Amino acid sequence: MPRINSPAELEEYRKELLSKTASDKPTIAICSGTGCNASGSNEVAATLEEELEKQGLSGHVEIRRTGCHGFCERGPIVVIHPEGICYFQVEPKDVPEIVSKTIKDKEIIERLVYTDPITGEKIFYESEIPFYKNQVRLLLGSNAKIDPKSIDDYLAIGGYSALPKALVQMTPEQVLEEVKKSNLRGRGGGGFPTGRKWEESRKSPDPIKYVIVNADEGDPGAYMDRSLLEGNPHSVLEGLIIGGYAVGAHEGFIYVRQEYPLAVENVNLAIRMAEEYGFLGKDILGSGFDFTVKVHQGAGAFVSGESSALMTAIEGRVGEPRPKYIHTAVKGLWGKPSVLNNVETWANVPLIINNGAEWFAQYGTEGSKGTKSFSLVGKINNTGLVEVPMGMPLKDIIFKIGGGIRGGKKFKAVQTGGPSGGCLPDELLDLGVDFDELTKAGSMMGSGGMIVMDEDTCMVDVARYFIEFLTDESCGKCVPCREGMRQMLKILTDITKGKGKEGDIERLEELAEVLSEASLCALGRSAPNPFLTTLRYFRDEYEAHIKEKRCPALSCKELIAYYIDPEKCQACMICSRKCPAGAIVGGKNQIHVIDQEKCTKCGTCYEVCPPRFKAVKKISGEPVPEPIPEEARTIVRKRSKKNG
Amino acid sequence: MGEITLQIDGKEVKASEGMTILEAAQSAGIYIPTLCHHEKLEPYGACRICTVEVETRGRTRLVASCLYPVEQGLVVRTRSEKIDRIRRVILELLLAHAPDSFILEDLAKEYGADRDRYEKEASFCILCGLCVRYCAEVKKKNAIGFVDRGIRREIAFIPEIAAKECWNCKECFPLCPTEYLQAAYVLTEALNPSHNVQD
Repeated sequence: MPRINSPAELEEYRKELLSKTASDKPTIAICSGTGCNASGSNEVAATLEEELEKQGLSGHVEIRRTGCHGFCERGPIVVIHPEGICYFQVEPKDVPEIVSKTIKDKEIIERLVYTDPITGEKIFYESEIPFYKNQVRLLLGSNAKIDPKSIDDYLAIGGYSALPKALVQMTPEQVLEEVKKSNLRGRGGGGFPTGRKWEESRKSPDPIKYVIVNADEGDPGAYMDRSLLEGNPHSVLEGLIIGGYAVGAHEGFIYVRQEYPLAVENVNLAIRMAEEYGFLGKDILGSGFDFTVKVHQGAGAFVSGESSALMTAIEGRVGEPRPKYIHTAVKGLWGKPSVLNNVETWANVPLIINNGAEWFAQYGTEGSKGTKSFSLVGKINNTGLVEVPMGMPLKDIIFKIGGGIRGGKKFKAVQTGGPSGGCLPDELLDLGVDFDELTKAGSMMGSGGMIVMDEDTCMVDVARYFIEFLTDESCGKCVPCREGMRQMLKILTDITKGKGKEGDIERLEELAEVLSEASLCALGRSAPNPFLTTLRYFRDEYEAHIKEKRCPALSCKELIAYYIDPEKCQACMICSRKCPAGAIVGGKNQIHVIDQEKCTKCGTCYEVCPPRFKAVKKISGEPVPEPIPEEARTIVRKRSKKNG
Repeated sequence: MGEITLQIDGKEVKASEGMTILEAAQSAGIYIPTLCHHEKLEPYGACRICTVEVETRGRTRLVASCLYPVEQGLVVRTRSEKIDRIRRVILELLLAHAPDSFILEDLAKEYGADRDRYEKEASFCILCGLCVRYCAEVKKKNAIGFVDRGIRREIAFIPEIAAKECWNCKECFPLCPTEYLQAAYVLTEALNPSHNVQD
C-alpha cells in the first residue's frame, strides 16, 4: 500500500474501495468480540468457511469477523447482509442450514431469530429487536459493520474523514473550539469538560506535550472501552490524532490493560496500518503535522486508571497517584502538559469534527451531551453493551433495553460507576442518566458499568464487596485510603457475619468522611460511595443486620438458616442425597430434618427441593423451629391402587 | 522568585513562589502536624495529618499542606472542627498499628484520639515511607523499599543491598516514628546469611 499524501488522494482511494465492494454481495458478519468468542464464535466462523466451500459459494459470500455487537447474552451473533437478518446463539451445527437456506434461498431460519419473551413474536432484523431499537449507537454501531483488523473497512464506512478535515481545513484553535462547543465531557468517570482540559494543555508554554488514551478499564463488570478498542480501534486512533493536533502534541500513548489481549493486538495493528497509510508519522496527509503513537500495556493495577498513576506507570515506575494540585493537563507525563482522555471520549472526537458540535449537542441533556455506553450486567435478562443518549431514564435502560430482571424477580437496585459509584433504589428508576443527575443521587457515571441487582442481593454485602475490591486495588500510599478502608472492610464484614455492634454505622460514616475528604486521589475519595449510597437508600438493611442479626435479602450466610417445613416435606430424599455435608436426617417415608450443626448453608437443599413441595425454607433473624420428635416423622401414605 | 502574601489562621504570611503551605506556615511559626514530612525529602503527601482548609476563588476545600503550593491571596485555616475530626480519625487508624509510639501519643492527646477505637493491627509500621525515601533520595542506596499494594503494602529491606550498606549507616532508624524499622532491620540481619559470611 503506497502512503496517502493528501486529502484528495485519500478520497480517491476511498472511492476506489467503495467501487470494488458490490453492495448486493451477501456478507455474513460474525461477532468476534470477547463475549461471542467465549461462547464459540471462532468455531462458527471456521465451520462457515468450510461450509461455503462445500456448497460452492466461496468467493460469492464475504465473511466478516467484526467487533462486539453488544447483545452478549445471545452470542454468538451472526448477521446476514444486505438484508440484516440476525441470528443468535448460533452453533457450528446450524451453519450448513444457514448457508443452504438463508444464503442460497433467502429463507429465514425461525429457530435462530430473536423471540420476544413477552409477546412471543419472532423478530428477524437487528433494527427491530427491542434491545437495539431503543439505543442510539453512534459509537458502538460501527462495530458490527467492520472488521477491526481492516483499515479499509474503516475507510469504507467513512473513517478517517474527520482527520483531513481537522488537519487541513481547520486550525488547531478551530478544532479545540468545536470540541468545546460540543460540550463533550470525559467518559472515564469524572465528566470533566474535554475541551477545557485540551485548552489548559494547549495554553501551557511547554513545547512538548502528550495526548494519552486511558484504556485501563477496571471496574468490575465493565467492558465498554474494551469492546470499542477491540471492535473499532481506528476510531479511537483518529480521535487521538485530532486531539494531538488541537493540543499541539506530537506524541500519543495508548495505555491499555494487559488483560485485554485482543484490544492490545487490534490497536497495535491499527497503529501499524495507520502508519503505512500515512495517517501517523511525518507530515500527515500533507498537513505538515507530525504525530506518532505508542502502546503501553498496564500490569494489572486498577489504580493505574487514575490519571497521575497512569502517567507514573508510563514513565516506568510503580503506578501510584501523585497529588494533582497542578493539573496533569499542565504538568503530567514526564512533567509535561498531558491530556488524558478515556477511550470513549476519544472515539467521540471524529464524530464531532465530521458532524459539528451542534449535531452532537442534539443528543443528551443540558449538562451532558451525546451518548454514553454502558455495560449492562447483573441480574438482568439482556446482558450486554448498550449505548443510549444521555438523560435516558434508568428504567428504560433496565426494562426496555435490558428486558427486565432475570427469573421474574423484583428489581432492587442498580449500581452505576463501579467501585466509585453507588447503588440506586427503585424510587430513583425515573432518574435520567447523566453526569449531574447521577452525582446528585450520590452515585456517579464512572466509566459506565451498570450492575443490576434483584431482591436476593444484600446491600450491606454489596458495600462490603466493593470496599474489599478496593482494599486490594488501592496503592496503599495514603493513610485514609489504606487504613480507612481496612477498618471499613472489617466493620462491614462483621456486620454481614452477624457481629455488628451499636455504633458501627457511625464509625463507618466517620471513616467515609475521612476517605472522601482527605485521600490523596480519586480512588480513595470516591471509595465510600457504595457504602454511603447503600446506607442512604437501604439503611433499614444495615439496622436489621446489626440489631436483629437478620439479613432481609436472605443472602448473608452467617445470618440465615435452612429449615424443612414438616408439613410440606414429602420425604422424597432428593435433598438428603444431594446435601454435600450429610446434614439432612431422614429416610424413606421419614420427614427430613436439617442438622443445623452440620449444615454449611450451601443452599443445595433449597435449590433441589421440588417446586411442588417447596418444603425447604430460608430464614433469617428468627430461631430455627425445633425439629419435630422422631416418632412423629413417619409419613403415612394412602396406599395406591397398584400396590393394594 | 516572586513574593506572595497569603493568610494563615487570620495572619498575613509572606512566602515565595513554589513554597508549600506547610513551608510558609513553618516560616511564620505556625505549627501544622506532620508524620511523613522531612525537610530533606521530596514532599510525599501520604499521612494526610497535615490536611488544612484552603479557600480559593470562593471555594473551600481540604488539601495536604505539605504539597499544596502557595498562591497569592490564599486563605488557609489549620484548625477547624472538621480538620480536627479528620486528624483524630487518622491518628486512631495509625494507633491501631503503633499504640505506643511517642509521636502518635502526643498528637493523640492534642486531638482527643482514642488508641483503642479500632482493632489492633499486627504491624507497627505506619508506612510513612521516611526510611524508604531517605535511603533513596539522600543516601541513594535503595536498600529498603515498599512491596505489594493496598492493605498488604509493607516495607522490606533488600538483603543484597542492606548487607553491604546498612550496618554502618542506620541513618533511617531515628526517622522512624514507631521504631518498627529497627525491628525490621534486626530481623533482616538475622535472616541474611551473606552478612554473617562477611562477618
